[in-house]
This record gives sequence, C-alpha cells and structure tokens, in this order.
Amino acid sequence: MTFKKTLLASVIGAVVAGTTMLPMTASAETLRIGYSADPETLDIHEQLSGGMLRLSHLAFDPLVRWTKDFEFEPRLATEWEQVDETTTRMTLREGVKFHSGNDFTAKDVVWTIERLKESPDYRAIFEPVAGAEAVDDYTVEITTTEPYPLLLNLATYIFPMDSEFYTGETESGNEKAEIVKAGNSFASRNASGTGPFIITERRQGVRVDFERFEDYWDTESEGNVSKIVLTPIAENASRVAALLSGGVDFIDAVPPNDLDRVREAGNANLVEVDGTRIIGFQMNEERVEAFQDARVRQAVDLAINQEGIADRLMRGFATPASQFSPAGYSGHNPDLVPRYDIERAKELMAEAGYEEGFSVDMIAPNNRYVNDAQIAQAVANMLAQININVNLRTMPLAQYWPEYDERASDMAMIGWHADTEDTANFFQYLSFCIDEETGAGQYNYGSYCNEEIDALVTAADSETDLEKRNEMLREAEAMLYEDVGYITLHWQNLAYGAANGVDIEPVVNALDFPYLGDLVISR
Amino acid sequence: MIAFLIKRLMHAILVMFVISVLAFAIQDNLGDPVQQMVGQSVPESEREAIRERLGLNDPFIVQYARFAKNAVQGDFGDSYFYREPALEVIARHLPATLELVFAATLIIVLFSVPIGVYSAIKPRSPISRFFMGASIIGISIPVFLTAILLIQIFAIGITITLFPESTSWGAWLNGLLSTEGNMPSFGRGYDLVHVVGHWDTNLATWNGLQHLVLPAISLASIMLPLFIRLIRAEMMEVLQSEYVKYARAKGISMRRVYFVHALKNTMLPVITVGGVQIGTMVAYTILTETVFQWPGMGLMFLDAINRADIPLIVTYLMIVGVIFVVTNTIVDLIYGFVNPTVKLTGKPA
Repeated sequence: MTFKKTLLASVIGAVVAGTTMLPMTASAETLRIGYSADPETLDIHEQLSGGMLRLSHLAFDPLVRWTKDFEFEPRLATEWEQVDETTTRMTLREGVKFHSGNDFTAKDVVWTIERLKESPDYRAIFEPVAGAEAVDDYTVEITTTEPYPLLLNLATYIFPMDSEFYTGETESGNEKAEIVKAGNSFASRNASGTGPFIITERRQGVRVDFERFEDYWDTESEGNVSKIVLTPIAENASRVAALLSGGVDFIDAVPPNDLDRVREAGNANLVEVDGTRIIGFQMNEERVEAFQDARVRQAVDLAINQEGIADRLMRGFATPASQFSPAGYSGHNPDLVPRYDIERAKELMAEAGYEEGFSVDMIAPNNRYVNDAQIAQAVANMLAQININVNLRTMPLAQYWPEYDERASDMAMIGWHADTEDTANFFQYLSFCIDEETGAGQYNYGSYCNEEIDALVTAADSETDLEKRNEMLREAEAMLYEDVGYITLHWQNLAYGAANGVDIEPVVNALDFPYLGDLVISR
Repeated sequence: MIAFLIKRLMHAILVMFVISVLAFAIQDNLGDPVQQMVGQSVPESEREAIRERLGLNDPFIVQYARFAKNAVQGDFGDSYFYREPALEVIARHLPATLELVFAATLIIVLFSVPIGVYSAIKPRSPISRFFMGASIIGISIPVFLTAILLIQIFAIGITITLFPESTSWGAWLNGLLSTEGNMPSFGRGYDLVHVVGHWDTNLATWNGLQHLVLPAISLASIMLPLFIRLIRAEMMEVLQSEYVKYARAKGISMRRVYFVHALKNTMLPVITVGGVQIGTMVAYTILTETVFQWPGMGLMFLDAINRADIPLIVTYLMIVGVIFVVTNTIVDLIYGFVNPTVKLTGKPA
C-alpha cells in the first residue's frame, strides 16, 4: 500500500511539476548528498581525511565503531578481551561477505593491519601495534609492542579489506595492494569492502554513485537507503541552496550564516552536533621573549573572551573551550572553565614588566576553519586591550601550511582533531617539547616545553588501568591550563541539513562521519 | 591565408611557452601540494619522501626541463588529485564549459542585437530608456551576486508577504511576486546524452536544458549589457553616416536601411569585441561554475588552485592561452569575410 502511494505520488508529482529535477529512477529511498568534498581516492589507506573516513563507513565496515557517546559498538568484531598485557583477542562476525562475493575471515583483518602499517598516513598511528595473527577463521590476536590502552580506538580505523581481491598484479604488472600517493593504483580505482554500499560509478570531482549491498550482514539495521548519489558542492552558499531548492536531501557543513535559514526552512531541518575539533592559537616562544613568561601567556588567555567569540562571532555554533579535550573524551576535566578578566590580564602584564606592551605578527588561514579569519581578527582586537599590537595576516589553506611549517611568525592559529579520539593525542602534537627524532610536538608552533606535563601524558599512555589513566590526563589538562601552553578558543560544532523525512539525527556523530547505512527515510 | 595561419600557430606556441614558464615560476607561491595529500598528523619524513618522489625538491630549471621535455611529446603531467593526465582531465571538463559558454553566447546574441538596434533607432522611447538603465545595473552587479539571486528566486523560491494577504488584491500581488522555485540549482543533472568521446551534452534533453538555464543566464548577464550598449552606440553612429542618409533620400524602405545597410556595418566592431569577450567569458565561467557547481573547467581550475594541483593549473593556463589565440584567429578570419578590405597578412592580396 505504501509503495503504491509513493509510486502514485511520484508519478503525479512528475506530471504536475513538470519541472521536477529528480531523475526517473528516483524513489523514496534514494539519498542525494551534497558534501563539501568528495573522497580523494577509493583506497582507504592512501589518505587519512574526513572525506576518506566517510567513504570507509559507506563501502567498508570497521571492527568497532564509535557511538554518539564515545562508546564502542561492535561491528565486524563482536567481542574482545585482553589476553595479556600486550595482546588483545577479537572474535569476528561470521557470515559476512565482501562486495566481491568473498567471505570475510581473520586473514583479511591481518592483511589489513599489515597494510595499514605500510600506509604513510596511518603508519604513525599504528606504530604501537606490533602485529596481528589469525588464531582461527574468526579469531584474531592483535599484539602491541608495549602495554597500550587505546587499542580499541585504533580498531575504529581497521576497516577490513578484501585480501583476495587486492592480491595479485594488474595487467600493467603493478601490485594490486600497493599504496601510491596521488598515483593511479589499482586500489585507488577499485574497492571491495563489507560495507552497506557498493560504489557503482565514480567521476572524480563530479559525483559518486552507491547502491545498497544486497548481502550486507547487518540485516537488523533499519536503514532503507537503497541508492546514494554524492555530489561534491564546495561552495557553502551553493550547497545550502541545493538543499533548500530540493536538489539534494542531505548536506554537511552548514555555514554559521545560513544556520537560521536552514532551521526555518519549511522543507529542511538542521541538525547540530557538538564537535571535537579544538580551535586555538600558539605563541612562538622562540621569536618573542615575552611569551616565555607564563604570566604573559596567562594574560593573553585572560584577555581573550572565548564565550564572546562562541556566542557572537560563531552565533552559538561552537562550545567555548579551556582545554584540549571536549566533553566525552577520557581526559576532559570539567573543573576547567574559560577565563576572561581584562583587569587581571593587565596586572599580569605589568608584573612581567610588559605594561607598555609589545607588537607581534599573527598568521591565520582564511578557508580552513569556520570563520577562521574573523576569529583571528577578533582575537587581535582583544589583545590590543592589553597593549599587544597584532599585525595579522590571513591566507588560504594551500599557502597557510607551508607558512606555518616555517614557524616564522609570532602567533599562529591551528585547529586540531585527535585521530585517536583521545586526550593524549592533543598533547603529543600540540604541546609536547619538540623532538625531531620521535616526531613529538610536530605542530608545537610556539616551541612550548613543559617536561612535567610531557612525562605525565607519556606515563598515561602506557597505563592500561583506564580509570587511573583518565585521572592522569585530567591532571595534565589542569597543568596546561595553569601554564597556558596553548590558547584554547572553542570546539567547532558540526551542522548538517536534511530534507524533511530524512531522519539524520540518529546517525550523525561528533566524528563527522554519518553512518548512512542505518539512515531511515520516510516520506 | 596559409601564411596567416602559420603565423598564428607560432603565436600559440609562444603563448604556451611564456605561460608555462610563468606558471612554473610562481608554483612555489601556489602552496604545497603534499600538504593536501596527507593527513595532518603525518610526520615530516613521510612528507619529504612524497615530495622527493614527485620531484618537487628539484631546482626550478630541472623541474621545468623535465616538464618541457614531456610537454613537447604531448604529456603535460598527471594531476595530483585526479590521478590521470592533466590534459585528459581538462578534456573531460571542457565540453561542460563550452556548452555553458555557447548557451550564454546564444542568449547574448538573441537579446543584444534586437535591443541594441531598437534603442538606436528609437533612442527616446521609454523602452529604450528602460533598457539603458537596466544595462547600467546589469554591468554593475557582479556575476556571483546575479547567480545567487537567480538561485534564490528560481530554484529555492521566494514568498512575498508585503501586501495584506486578507485583501484580494494583496493576495494577488503577493502571489504574483512570489516564486515557486523548482529550477535546478546545481550541476548538469543526471540526464545527459552522450555524443562522442568526453562529450556528454545538456542540450538534448529537457532536464539537461533546465540545468543549463540559470548558469547560462548568469554568465550572460555580465556581457549582455555591454553588447547592448556597444551595438546601440555603433548603430547610432552608422545612422549618422552619409551613405545611410543617401539610402534614405533614395527612398529605400527604412526596414532595409536599418537591417541591411546599417546593421552590417554596425557588426564589424561588435565581432571584434565579441571574439575577445568570448575568451574573457571562459574566465568568468570560474565564478559561474563555482556557484552552480557546474562541472566544467572553471570549477576544476578553482579546485586545482585550492589543492595546489600544479600540473593541472599549468596545463589549464596553457590551454586557456590557446583558446584566446584561437578565438582571436577566428575573429580575424570572420572579419576578413565581412569586410574584404581588411588584409590578414598586411600585404596586398
């Protein structure tokens, strides 16, 4: 009955409207997506990016995945247990098929982990993993070099690939399994995973078509999307227009200026999610002597009104931050609140002997984070109140990172998302003392160095008692808050727009990869 | 004629050479392509390895020599993002742009000639005044804004509640000024017809044409006022000339004077400007294609800049240079046909 109704409605709709832009094949279960970017490649190990992880969750399945509340949900791994200090045994789901028709077994997991350790983008993250071994067809043991508390976090990145499909040589004599950055490899053009959707057609930069995998193992999922057409629409205004005009059913990254427009539209809904990407500034202690003084750093932090920026500039589209870890992360310390006190800041500047202030250069990107250039401008104005004159330069992303890597400015903006969804990752990249050998502090623009904090975080990272570990990380957050090794501004929220009847709310999460296999459309 | 074409061919080669040198010289300022290829947490050593493999660490001269050596054999390098030859990528995006430019040109020709001629013949009529006023506004609105307005009005739709809804005239006015939307706001649609090679056309289906309308109008919007004013000015000048006065005195019908004798001479400068402007229009497609997510060369180029996809940027610039040379050549040829007194090679024929 419902089917008849839908069919009738769409026939009438097509006849009456005449100008409808739906292709004739469209049915109620076709989802037309307008994402700000399309996946760079089909090889999920070639690049670690948001777009690639979204693709991974469509065409592949992870061993475990994050829930909205940062819990682990079993996917291809059904159970896991710690066998000894360095070994975790995982039981795999039985009866799972790859898109190629091959059966999924433990050897695919082992093969995938080995490939991850070869990938330039994943190699560093999978450093703690020593190897994996298939005990039988549906049991796999993963060993780490040292006791490692974040193995399950890593398992969210293990999307088993079809080892048989990717083994062998292509006609031109290249290994099918090879990972080639920005090159024409077999894996970058062909994919076989276990995921809910098969890629049927792909025209890079124009569109990607998916169809639901008939033999998908998760028959309990209520998801009823049978076809996906993904069109990249990079321009913010165009993406929103595409949703409001009914051209697409689902968009990501609704810009702050259009939030109300989507919220109040009669034919679409806005879904906001608290994000996990911290936005902030780093102070270059190598170049500016004053920044070596903790009192000056505190003054800078006190002079910046995080809540004002989040409220007014971001229109509530951000959560003011006073630490790296967003709520839900293991090391989030609820006692730390954003500070804002101009008088106290001036006192501290005077105490440090900088009552007269000084001038600094600041750089910020203008197309990377939400409202990045405006935020930098606001911060520059706020610092003027404590006599720090800021000479701000903003630039597009492609120019920003080379400039950032040179560390040739006094303050720089950077946003960070922890690949492991864990507190320690922020410290290791943003505030650890720089060590070229180990790669620690790779994004520590300011050369900030506090060995006490480093030691605490390092100790936490080999502490397998999670309660104890969380306590240590919370302590580290508090220490960094006191010492102001990084100026935190806010965590940028995520906003999606969806057409009426596309119930996106249950399937989106703070990680920004919607689980579209479970999406229910009712029209 | 042959000599002329050979000369132009040399021009094209020179243009390509100069552009390629310039593009290579500025590539360091275009950003770091490797940054776009790796995740943020990838260590510097991995980045360095990729840079080395792509040959980005070599000095300018070495990189350019390598590029030039391959380029003369028709290989312009592989796009980093598309992972295939840059020329191939451009060939795939070219038809979409050409169709868009064609549609916009059609709109311009269909509207500018009658409007321009009319307002030259009847310069004082209210309609002429209206068109002149409108063309000033048209020239001043950036194509970006025109595009957004078109999308809002014709794709999303607007609801006007300015007049009291309770009165019948208010409701009528509200209804009159409100629009339904429903026009496609992005892309080429899914109903393309394959013609040949990389060419899928929008022109063969109703759905395809619908997708083409808004982008074509917004692209035309920037040139249309210019041409209306140009044709009007030229026509007015021609109408003052001796031979038109003579034709009138001879008693030839005004219709024939306007559309045969005067219009022909009006079109001479219009063709010259028009040819150059079609080349410029290729540049305007960057804006139009971005707003409408039209998968043509303009959008591809903007994306390439954002990704610092250097091989694609360099190739695109060279191709656009060639397009300019080609359109200018065609203009000169047409000019020669329309006005036989013009000698292409500058020598007596």
